[in-house]
Amino acid sequence: MLSFNWLTSCDMTPKQVKALPKEWFELNGFLKIGDNGLVTIMSPNPEIGQNVKTSMPMLVAEELDVDWNDVIVEQAPLNTSVFSRQLAGGSQSIRQGWNSLRMAGATARAMLIQAAAQSWGVAASEITTLEGQLIHEGTGNKSGYGAMASLAAQQEVPEDVVLKDLNDFKIIGSSKKNVDGTKIVTGQPLYGLDYRSENMLIAMIVHPPAFGMKLKSLEGSEAEKMPGIKKVFTIKTHLEDYSLGAFDNDAFNEIAVVVGNTTWEVMKAKEVLKTEWELAPAKKEELNFFGRTVTVETPAGLESSTDHQKVFERMAKKKGKVVRKDGNPEKMFSQAAKIIERTYTCPFLAHNTMEPMNFYADVTPERANLVGPIQTPEIMEGSIAKRLGMDKEKIDIQMTRMGGGFGRRLYGHFMTEAAVISKEMGQPVKLIYSREDDMTQGTYRPSYHATYRAALDKENNLIAFHVKTGGIPESPLAANRFPAGAIDHYMAEEWTEKSNITVGAFRAPRSNFIAGAEQAFLDEVAEAMGKDPIDFRLELLDRAEKNPVGKNNDYEASRYAGVLKLVKEKSNWTAADSSIYRGTAAYFCHNSYVANVLDLEMQNGNPVVKKVYCAIDCGIVVNPDAATNLAEGGVVDGIGHAMYSAITFKDGMPEQNNFDRYRLIRHSEAPKEIEVHFVDNQIDPTGLGEPPFPPIMGAMANALYKATGVRHYNQPFITDKPLAG
Amino acid sequence: MALFQLNVNGTTHELDIDPSTPILWVLRDHLNLVGTKYGCGIAQCGACTVHLNGVAVRSCQLPISAVGNNALTTIEGLSEKGEHPVQKAWIEHDVPQCGYCQAGQIMSASALLEANPNPSEEEIESAMNGNLCRCGTYTRIKAAIKTASNS
Repeated sequence: MLSFNWLTSCDMTPKQVKALPKEWFELNGFLKIGDNGLVTIMSPNPEIGQNVKTSMPMLVAEELDVDWNDVIVEQAPLNTSVFSRQLAGGSQSIRQGWNSLRMAGATARAMLIQAAAQSWGVAASEITTLEGQLIHEGTGNKSGYGAMASLAAQQEVPEDVVLKDLNDFKIIGSSKKNVDGTKIVTGQPLYGLDYRSENMLIAMIVHPPAFGMKLKSLEGSEAEKMPGIKKVFTIKTHLEDYSLGAFDNDAFNEIAVVVGNTTWEVMKAKEVLKTEWELAPAKKEELNFFGRTVTVETPAGLESSTDHQKVFERMAKKKGKVVRKDGNPEKMFSQAAKIIERTYTCPFLAHNTMEPMNFYADVTPERANLVGPIQTPEIMEGSIAKRLGMDKEKIDIQMTRMGGGFGRRLYGHFMTEAAVISKEMGQPVKLIYSREDDMTQGTYRPSYHATYRAALDKENNLIAFHVKTGGIPESPLAANRFPAGAIDHYMAEEWTEKSNITVGAFRAPRSNFIAGAEQAFLDEVAEAMGKDPIDFRLELLDRAEKNPVGKNNDYEASRYAGVLKLVKEKSNWTAADSSIYRGTAAYFCHNSYVANVLDLEMQNGNPVVKKVYCAIDCGIVVNPDAATNLAEGGVVDGIGHAMYSAITFKDGMPEQNNFDRYRLIRHSEAPKEIEVHFVDNQIDPTGLGEPPFPPIMGAMANALYKATGVRHYNQPFITDKPLAG
Repeated sequence: MALFQLNVNGTTHELDIDPSTPILWVLRDHLNLVGTKYGCGIAQCGACTVHLNGVAVRSCQLPISAVGNNALTTIEGLSEKGEHPVQKAWIEHDVPQCGYCQAGQIMSASALLEANPNPSEEEIESAMNGNLCRCGTYTRIKAAIKTASNS
């Protein structure tokens, strides 16, 4: 496939004491063993900071049975003949790779044993391994994997390979340092933005300044005369016959391009570009959503946040589409002694990965060599093949380490753009988005709305529950999640409203709003019922476990209760401390359960997050310290977005285009301490990139109420206005 | 275009370049030192932090014309092989997630500790507040700075 992989650095991390081997022997597409026993393991999936680059090779190394100190990890390029699902998204990498990665290691180990059996003339069943050593007790024969690697590589791949017993794990379940740690802290080239090649040009784009607009004309002659500038032109990311896929948006399909020698020269040339924009017409397009054809209608017009607020007000009064109904909620609400009704909203959000969008492309008539940050390389291979009119076999894709993903880099339009620009220039090109280009491009987290109602009887029992959600342009409803299944009379309904503002998956899509809203509402219900918030949830979960209501309840009540009980215990929930204000929340999404207790202190009249407790059930934890880091990050991320961040609009234009106006959480605003606990079980691992992000927003809202007496219903809480500008 | 002599990590470079070019892009595009990162271009995120005579500055807003013969240190020049106490502390606490902001965090932290070897919690937060981390490693960064200050 590739003769030289830029992503294989020759730098040795301090832990590797062995010199590089003279020869490598490939046992399968996942690993090769050097003649001196060093092992290179390919990490198949894109790395966005979720550290699969460490944990996926750990699975291989465990079953291969080697010393982790002898392992070198390489980022695999896109290689669909060897790897499946080379995708970062949905918190599925470990969950879906759990068996196949272990099998890859176990198969290679079996081949080494076969080789040793041949070498020593003994039965394979009598050979054992121990961290890179083959041993035959009967004859006293011993060999390092290195000496046996050549013969092992020639073995037939065995069919029936047995995996280790979970209790025999030595690597899985122990904390291993980030395999790129040393490279990161010494500033070595790792990211797409860092990639360079001979003869490479820099390209930047200009997209419409507002949603609902398109390019009318481009006058680039002045820009083309600027120092270092090669060419100014327009491109179309998708051609008219392109059928949109799940990760395509084409609001800004026709864009201006400036190509030059260096970034600063191109940035300066962009400033003197003369562009004219005009209103874009409404569109009706077919989108292929993983095999299902969906019609997407995009309205014309220039939308402002005030328009979106009017949508919320209008839709709040209308009936939605009922998605689930148990019992007779309408009757129970009409008989209720007390009804609690609350409405929650959140704004659009920009992903704002620290590394802006970028990609490198070297397109010739014979080949396309693409290098950069992408969460969906396989999908993009097909998409770019069509766009360039090239066979997929002629396209090479190398995935660089990404400076953040959060779902933004699922949408690889920038990769197509880079390829089209390189083809136009006949030279390698690195396309870079400025922060302003990036933050105003769209692909936002949608703006959501939810109204919750609870009916209580005269004795303050909860007799009915009603949730109605909506969004621009999608609804965040998860009708079958808790508390569905715990309440006899339950209704969930939803509405949507079209928009020409483009949206995309943002860390824990939909959950990233609805969890916080639901968990804040449950807090109010508990308070009205005179119940402790955790005990209230546990009572409902008890009902859901012992005598569930309805069908298809999308959670295991005992595991959900498990994380609540664990966080209650670890936070010493019932210990009274009048200077600490505590909020709790819990949620289940992306297959894992998370419960939080958040402790606030008031300092000089300002709430300060002192400590967060996090209890997680994600099954077997592959790399405990890395998992803890990821959970800590989810907590900080959740608090930050709930408190501070928003994209607002005026006449189609985002009102924030850099970090001076778009606020992200900073050091002093993060919790002073975060304590993470994992439920210890032997359930197959489930995801962790997304689950710790949603619930903390509810815990924050609940703690703020305790501390200030004020409940916040509209994110960001710092302004707490519906879609504040 | 004008001629400049630039002192980076102890080496002098001669550059014929637009005087308004920010040091960030001089490093990345002209000197092949890509450890210093681009995050915002307006000194709001700290990813581009370098040392100018040992003081942390945002190189995205530092034009080459303003540097003169002052000494610039980048993440690549902080130590020979990652042995700076701050770098070692970062490894000990396994700080990075995506890692993109960390060079800038390390440069801010090392400048802080050079000027103030025993900072309080508030002093750490104040000095580091200009460095964004989108992955939320702030608690680990703080722990690593405390470790480095104790070593």
